[in-house]
Amino acid sequence: MKKTILSVDDSASILQMVKLTLGGGGYDVVQASNGAEGLARARAGGIDMVLTDLNMPVMNGIAMIRELRKLPQCTGVPIIFLTTESAANMKQEAKAAGATGWITKPFQQDQLLGVVRKVLGA
Amino acid sequence: MSGSDPAQTYRQEAADLLEQLEQALLDLEHAPDDADLINTAFRALHTIKGSGAMFGFDAVAAFTHHVETAFDRVRKGEAAATPSLIAVVLAAKDQIRLLIDQPDSADEADAAALLNQLQAALAAPERAAAAPNSMVAWRLRFRLPRDAMAMGTNPLLLLDELRALGPCTVVADPSAIPPLQALDPTACHVAWEVTLLTAEPRSAIEQVFLFVLDEMQLDLEQITAEPSAPKPPPAPDRTEPARKPAHAEPASADTGSIRVPAARLDDLMDQVGELVIAQSRLKQIAGATSDAQVKTISEEIERLALELRDTTMGARLVPIGQLFGRFRRLVHDLSKELGKEVTLTLAGEETELDKTLIERLSDPLIHMIRNAVDHGIATPDQRAAAGKPRQGRVGLTARHLGHEVLISVTDDGNGLDRARIQQRAEEQGMLAPGTRLPDAELFRLIMEPGFSTAREVTSVSGRGVGMDVVRRAIEALRGSVDIASRPGEGSEFTLHLPLTLAIIDGLLVRVGAGRYVIPLSAIEECVELSAEDDTRSRGHTFLNIRGSLVPFLRLREVFASGTDPDTYQKVVIVSAGDQRVGLVVDQVIGDHQTVIKSLSKLHADVGAFSGATILGDGTVALILEVAHLVEHGQHRDESLPQAAE
Repeated sequence: MKKTILSVDDSASILQMVKLTLGGGGYDVVQASNGAEGLARARAGGIDMVLTDLNMPVMNGIAMIRELRKLPQCTGVPIIFLTTESAANMKQEAKAAGATGWITKPFQQDQLLGVVRKVLGA
Repeated sequence: MSGSDPAQTYRQEAADLLEQLEQALLDLEHAPDDADLINTAFRALHTIKGSGAMFGFDAVAAFTHHVETAFDRVRKGEAAATPSLIAVVLAAKDQIRLLIDQPDSADEADAAALLNQLQAALAAPERAAAAPNSMVAWRLRFRLPRDAMAMGTNPLLLLDELRALGPCTVVADPSAIPPLQALDPTACHVAWEVTLLTAEPRSAIEQVFLFVLDEMQLDLEQITAEPSAPKPPPAPDRTEPARKPAHAEPASADTGSIRVPAARLDDLMDQVGELVIAQSRLKQIAGATSDAQVKTISEEIERLALELRDTTMGARLVPIGQLFGRFRRLVHDLSKELGKEVTLTLAGEETELDKTLIERLSDPLIHMIRNAVDHGIATPDQRAAAGKPRQGRVGLTARHLGHEVLISVTDDGNGLDRARIQQRAEEQGMLAPGTRLPDAELFRLIMEPGFSTAREVTSVSGRGVGMDVVRRAIEALRGSVDIASRPGEGSEFTLHLPLTLAIIDGLLVRVGAGRYVIPLSAIEECVELSAEDDTRSRGHTFLNIRGSLVPFLRLREVFASGTDPDTYQKVVIVSAGDQRVGLVVDQVIGDHQTVIKSLSKLHADVGAFSGATILGDGTVALILEVAHLVEHGQHRDESLPQAAE
C-alpha cells in the first residue's frame, strides 16, 4: 500500500518539487501551506509521515510539530523538517518539539528521497 | 667466473632476480605497502634491465624497462600495489623469463598486451583496492532514546540500513524490557549489539544514526584492524626470497592448491566431527535457556560448525576421474590379451566423492570391468556374426543422485544368461527348482557367495567371477549393487554409494533404555504398531503394510532389552537392495546427523552394528547395520513358511 506523506510549506515551488519527487518515489503526497493547515490535515488521520518547513505564517513548524506529537494518531509518525546549515539552534528546538529528523536546504531530489526512505522504509 | 660465457652468467643472475621478484610480489599481495618489498621488486627489475642491455638481451631490456617504469610509480607512492597490478607484473615476470630463455618463441603481441594490462592496472587503482579484503569488522552497541519510536524513529529500519552496509549479526538485548504491567509500549526498551563487516568508513555507520545520534548511546568499536595497517613480521619476508633463489622453477599454474597428507585430513574430519557433537550439546543447553544471547551464539556456532563440516568434507572429495583413468590401461591390456576389440568410454569423471571411497572402489571396479571385457563382450567374429559392430564398448559412468553417487559399468555384450543362472542357482540350492524370480532378483544371485567360484562355471554362466567379493566390498562402503541386463544387448552393473563414509544422516530411535541410529538412506517409512496389532502379531513375524507382507524384527528381543514395550511401538521399515524388513522400536526420537566412530577390534564381529556415535548429551548410540538386519529378518521369513507347512 502506498504511504501518505503530508508536505507542509508556505512556498508553492517547494511544495511542487516535493510532490514531484516523492510522487515519483512511489508515495502519495498531501499538501498544506502552513502549520495550522498541516495540523488540521494530520488530525484527519491517514498520514504516514510529515515533511515540514519551519518558517511559516499562521503557525510555524515548531509549534505544529509540538501539537502533532500530542495527537495519538501521530505517535510514531516520522516528522522531518527542512532547515539550513546556519540554523543550528532551530534544529535543537525542532528535535525537542518532537521531530524525527531533518533535511538541510538546499537539497537534491535524491537526497530528499533518501531521507524519506531512511525513516519510512522503501 | 672469468672463463664462462657472460651471457650464461646473466641468465643465471636473471633467474635468481626473477625468483626474488616473484617472492616479493607474492608477499606484496599480503602487505601492499611494505616499502622493503617494493624496493626489492624494483631493484630486481632494474638490474635485469640494466644487465640485459649490457649483455645483448635488448628485447629483455626494452620490455623490462616498461615494467620497471610502472613499478617505479609504486615505489614513489603514485600508484598502489593492487592485486591486479601484482598479477600483471607476475605475468610480465614470466614474459621476461621467456625472453631470456627462449627469445625466439616470445610473442611480440603478448608483450604488448601485457604492457596494456599494466597501464590499465595502474590507471584503476581504487577499484582494485576496494577488494573484499578491505572489509573491516565493527562492533556496535546502541540504545535508542526511550521516546525514539514515539518520535518516529523505526529501529528496524536502522538495522536494515546497517545490513545494507555489509553482512552483520544483530543481537537484541531485551534485559531492560519491564514486566508487562509496567510496559510502555511506545517506548524503546531494547538495546542492540551488532557485529558488522563492511568496507564503508566509520562515518557511514554513524550516518545511519544521524537523526538520533545526539540523544542515543552508541558504542562503536573496530574489532579488526584496517586491512593495510598490519604488516606481517618483516623478518621472514626478507629472508624468504634469499633462502631459495637457486631453484628457479617456472611459476606453475597450480599455486591455487596444496597437497596435504591424507592423515591430516582424516584428523581434521575427526575433530570437526567432535566439534559438531559438542555443538549439538551446546544447542541442547541453549534450547533450555531463555538467554537470547546464548541462543544466538549457539545458532551462530551451529551454522559455522555445519559449514566447517561441509567444507572439510569437500576437502576430502576427489574427482573420480583419477580412478577411471587407471582403467583405460586395464581395458586396453585385457582386450589385447583376450583377442577382443573393446573401447572404454568414460563419463562423469568430474563427479567427486570421498577419497577413502575412491581408494576402496578400485578393486571392485577392476573386477567388474574385467568381467565385462572377459565375459560380457564376445570376440569380434562372434559379434560380427550377431550383427553387432566388431568393436565392443564398455562404459564407465559416475553421477550424483541425491546423497548417492552412482557408478555404472555397462557393456554392449551378450547380457546375462538367465537360464544358466537359474540352473546354477538351483544346483547350488539357492533356489527351489522351478521358482520364477524377477530379473533383478535372479541376477542378484550371481553375487551370492558360492554362486560361482570356479573358472569353468563362470564361462558357462556368463558372468560372475567373484561378484560376491564385489558385493561385500560395496556393502562395506554402505553401498549396494544393482544389475540390469538384456539378452543380446548388454548388461549394466550399477553401484550405489554414499557420498562420504564419515558422516551419515540417521534416525535416532529408542529400544528399551538404549538408543540406536538407523541410517536414513535405508529407511522407507515408519508406521505405528498398536498394542492390539502387537498382540495379534505375536508368533508371526510378518506385518501387513498396505497389503504387502513385510517380515519384521522386534529389536527389543534381538537386543534382549529387559523393559516392557511402550504402548505404541513404532515399526521402521528399512530396505537393503529390494528386500524390506520392519524394525520394531519403542520410540522414534528424530533425525540425527551422525559422525561415525568405528567400533573397537573387540566388537568388530558384531554384525548388527556398523559403528557408534556420540549423542548431544554425551551418551553413545550404536549405529545399526541395516543390511545385516535385513538378512537376519529375511532368514526368519524363510524359516517361517517351512514351519507353517
